[in-house]
Amino acid sequence: MATTTTKPSSASGSLAAANAAAEAMAPAPRAPVTVLIEPPRGLLELRLRELWEYRELLYFFVWRDVKVRYKQTVIGVAWVILQPLMTMGVFTIFFGRLAKLPSEGLPYPVFYFAALVPWTYFAQALQNCTTIVVANQHVITKVYFPRLVLPLAAVCSGLLDFVIGFAVMIILTLSFGIHPPATVALLPVFLLLAVATALGVGLWTSALNALYRDVASIIPFIVQFWMLASPVAYPSSLVPERWRWLYGLNPMAGVIDGFRWALTGVGKPPGAQMAVSAVVVCLLVVAGLIFFQRVEGTVADRV
Amino acid sequence: MATAVIAAEGLGKRYQRGAVESRGMLRDSIMKFARNPLAALRRSKQETFWALKDVSLEVKEGEVLGLIGRNGAGKTTLLKILSRITRPTTGHAEIRGHVRSLLEVGTGFHGELTGRENTYFSGSLLGMKKREIDRKLDEIIAFAEIEKFIDTPVKHYSSGMYVRLAFAVAAHLEPEILLVDEVLAVGDINFQKKCLGKMGDVARAGRTVVLVSHQMNQMRRLCDRVVWVDGGTIRMVGAAHEVVSAYEAAMFAGERSKGLERGASTKAKFLRWEISRIAGAASEEPHTLRTREPVTVNFAVQLASPIRNGEHGIALFNAERQLMWARAEQGIDLDAGVHVFSHTFPSLPLRPGPYQWQVSLWADSEMLDLWDCGPDMTIATEAHQHYLDEWNGILNLPSQFQRTS
Repeated sequence: MATTTTKPSSASGSLAAANAAAEAMAPAPRAPVTVLIEPPRGLLELRLRELWEYRELLYFFVWRDVKVRYKQTVIGVAWVILQPLMTMGVFTIFFGRLAKLPSEGLPYPVFYFAALVPWTYFAQALQNCTTIVVANQHVITKVYFPRLVLPLAAVCSGLLDFVIGFAVMIILTLSFGIHPPATVALLPVFLLLAVATALGVGLWTSALNALYRDVASIIPFIVQFWMLASPVAYPSSLVPERWRWLYGLNPMAGVIDGFRWALTGVGKPPGAQMAVSAVVVCLLVVAGLIFFQRVEGTVADRV
Repeated sequence: MATAVIAAEGLGKRYQRGAVESRGMLRDSIMKFARNPLAALRRSKQETFWALKDVSLEVKEGEVLGLIGRNGAGKTTLLKILSRITRPTTGHAEIRGHVRSLLEVGTGFHGELTGRENTYFSGSLLGMKKREIDRKLDEIIAFAEIEKFIDTPVKHYSSGMYVRLAFAVAAHLEPEILLVDEVLAVGDINFQKKCLGKMGDVARAGRTVVLVSHQMNQMRRLCDRVVWVDGGTIRMVGAAHEVVSAYEAAMFAGERSKGLERGASTKAKFLRWEISRIAGAASEEPHTLRTREPVTVNFAVQLASPIRNGEHGIALFNAERQLMWARAEQGIDLDAGVHVFSHTFPSLPLRPGPYQWQVSLWADSEMLDLWDCGPDMTIATEAHQHYLDEWNGILNLPSQFQRTS
C-alpha cells in the first residue's frame, strides 16, 4: 500500500555492521530497502517490483487454496473432472439430442466439452475472485502484503483444475477421431484472454464485495446469465453476422469460439470480434486495477 | 550515534465512526439512495474521529521501543500504520530495512491444513522466503514441541499446541525491524518465558523492535525507550523505567480503566496493591506470585473523610474474566487517611497465568470507589496439570497418588 523504493543506504557503516550481525543468523543478506509510508494518492500505483517480491506469497496462496479445496471434497480431484463431464452429458441430451441445436458438425460431447472447460474455469475463477478479499479479511487486518496478490491468486488457483479438464478434453477429442490441428498451439492465447477476463471482472467484484457483502450472492446469477450470453450451449454462428462485433463485447464468446476453433479446426478463425474482446478486456483490467486500489486502502479499516 | 531506521512525522489516522455498520449491504445502500438521493451522497463530517493525531517519532537502529497506553489510545493504530496494514490520513514515515509485523499469533492458519503446511503458509505470509522456512522447519517444530503432530491438521490441535506452533513460526522471523503487538500474552507461563527469551535474542542481535504491551514489567525488562500514547497523541517519551513509572503513577492516580467509571465520590480512592508474603521480605516483584504457601495481598486506600459501617468488596478474575473468588466485609469503620486492607490466603492454588483483583469500598449503599487493580497479578507457580492442554483446569493442585490392593 505504500511506495517502495530501493535506495542506497546513507549510513553504510553502521548498516554494514548490522548486516554482518544479521548475517550470522540469516545467511541470506538483503539489500537495504527504504519504505515510504504516505497517505494514498494518485490514480494508480502499480508497484510491479513489489508484487514481484511477493511472488512466493502468491504461490503459497494458490497452493493453500488448492490444498484446502481438494481436502474438503471427499472425491477431490475426481470432482474436477466429473463436474464438466456431467454438464456435458446434460447438454448433449437436452440441447443436442432433444432441442437439436446445431453444433457446426462436431459431435455434441466434443462441441460442449470444448466450451465447458474454459467456461468452468472462468465461472470458478470469477466466484473465487469475488469472495477472496472478504474471505481473507482477517489476514488483511493483521499483516501487510500487496492486496493485488489476492485476486491474482484467485484466478491462478483455478488453473490446476483447468489443466485437468484440458487433459480430459484432449482425450475426449481424440476418442471421437478428431485430431487437433496445428492451431491447438494458439490455445494459451485464448486461455490468457479467459484469465484476463476473470481478473478484470473479478477485480471489480472482489472490491465491491468488500464494500457490500451481498455482491457475492448476486454472482451466481450473473454467471448463469453470462453463460446464456456466451456460445456454450449453442454455436455463435446462430448470432447474425452484423451483430457479431457486438458479441465481441463479451470476451468469453471469443474465448469459447477460439477454443473450439483451435481444438478442432471447425468454425471461423477469430477476427474482428476477437480484437474488440481484447480491447474490452484491457479496459476492464485497467479500470478494475484502479477501482481495486481505491478500495483496498480502506479494506483493513472496515473490520 | 545510531541512525534512525523509523522516522515518522505528523502521522494521523482518521476513521469513519460506525464504519462497521455502514459496510452493510448493496441492497440497503440502494434503498437509502432511492429514498433520499441527496442525503445519501452527503458525507457527514461528525461521523469521523481521529484515532491518531500528529504523531512524530524516531526509532534508532537496534533499539527496542515500547508503546504503552490505555486501550484505544492509538498504539495499535500506530503499529498498523508502521507495518503498512493501513495508510495514514496525514503525515508520512520512512522506514529503512525490512519490516515484519506480528499483530497476532497464527495469522493465516487454516484448520484443514497440517502443522507443516500452516508453517509454510503462515511463514510466507509473515515475510519468510520458502528456502528460509525449509531451513528452519525442524527448529520451528522443535521450538513448538509438536514433533509428533506436525502432519496432523491443526483443527485437531489443542489450543496450547496451536498457539505454540503459531508462535514458533513468528519467533523465527529474522527481520531488520520487528513490530509486535501484545502477542506474548499467550500460552502458559513457561512458553511465554521461552518466547521472551527468543525476543531478547532478537533484540541482542541488533534488530530494531517496536513492542506494544500492557505488561509493564515486561516493558521495563525489554525496552530501551518507551513511548506513552494517550488519546491518539504522544504524551511522553523517554527511558523505559521513567515512562513506565510515570504511566503507572498516572494509572494509580485514578486515570485508569476508562471503561469502568470510578465512583463520582472523592471520599475514597484505592491507591495500589501488592503481594506481601508472610515469610520473607518484600519482593522485587510485588505482583507476581511464585508460591503456593500462605500469601497476603495488600490494598492501600485513601479516605478523605471518615466512614462508618462501610462495606469492602474484593474479587479475583482470571484472564477470561471468570470470577475465581469474591467476598464482602461489612461493618468497617475507618478514619480519614491511608489504610491498608490485607487479605491473607492459606494458598492461591490457581493455574499459572494473569489474574486481576477488583476491590471496592461502599458506605451507606454509595460506592466510594471500585478499582480493577493494575497491574495484573501473575501467578507463576509450578504447574501441576494434565499433560494435555484441554484438560488443564482452573485449580493448580499437587495431588498425591497411591495404589493399594
